[in-house]
Amino acid sequence: MYDTNLVLGGKEFTSRLIVGTGKYSSMETMREAHEAAGSEIITVAVRRVSLPSGESILDYIDTKRYTLLPNTAGCYTADEAIRTCYLAREAGLGDLVKLEVIGDQRTLFPDVMGLLEATQTLAREGFIVMPYTNDDPVMARKLQDAGAACVMPLGAPIGSGLGIRNPYNIKIVLESVTVPVIVDAGVGTASDAAIAMELGCDGVLMNTAIAGAQDAVAMARAMKLAVEAGRLAYKAGRIGKKLYATASSPLEGLPDWTS
Amino acid sequence: MKISVNGKPMEVEAGLSVEGLLTLLNVKREFTAVAVNRDVIRRADYAAVRLSDGDKVEIVRPMGGG
Repeated sequence: MYDTNLVLGGKEFTSRLIVGTGKYSSMETMREAHEAAGSEIITVAVRRVSLPSGESILDYIDTKRYTLLPNTAGCYTADEAIRTCYLAREAGLGDLVKLEVIGDQRTLFPDVMGLLEATQTLAREGFIVMPYTNDDPVMARKLQDAGAACVMPLGAPIGSGLGIRNPYNIKIVLESVTVPVIVDAGVGTASDAAIAMELGCDGVLMNTAIAGAQDAVAMARAMKLAVEAGRLAYKAGRIGKKLYATASSPLEGLPDWTS
Repeated sequence: MKISVNGKPMEVEAGLSVEGLLTLLNVKREFTAVAVNRDVIRRADYAAVRLSDGDKVEIVRPMGGG
């Protein structure tokens, strides 16, 4: 079936699965998982170098092949997040940023006020802003109006693996904006990713579900298939739900067994 | 003079440039960025920006994250 590409700030991507680089058991496993996931965009954090500077995570990511997506994880104010994006750009990581402004340490839920402010500033400064937000349709529209290249509602808290806790809100988010909607955070297993895509989401971003699985490489492949299957099912147009049965075989032409 | 680099105190000679500090610390330049007192320094300005006593320097690069 013909499908369009995922477009973010004018850049086109065929893969709709964005993966991270955190919490892998080894760098080699991470590299294999990235390969198995078939992703084109890979998230990284921006942190202090250890001195003396040793091995870099980029020794294990082909930067010509993958688009790097620096995040602002750990930032609790718009100011910190904005400065982190500037650092990332100056480091040569490009203009695409996964914007997080965290509002609460225990839940890692976003501070949407700070998020909106940072989105406005960064979009104006030429960044392609991908904000991690709540599953709130009103905020999604505000972020779009502020210049976000997409909106990334959480399915559940970061790293929780609880799946898509409010599919109805995600559905309304999809109806509320014209920019791509990417579920970011909360996915635990393949069916969660498939559900997000079946709802009509444009992509899924995940880290822990793959990196934390017992076999990260196998889970990466499962996620790739789930995202593709979910997307196909969405495009194919599912049947409506009905309470009672509808026979799949014709009722006419049944042999007569009466004696 | 005393500066701090990534949160650690360090004694360096007065007037050291950002470029000089990176050389001194033997930091790989690729995919690395520097901020001094919260201001991000452009790569092209590394040689021109001189550090002052009490400056807080942050040197960052990509790390694993999600």
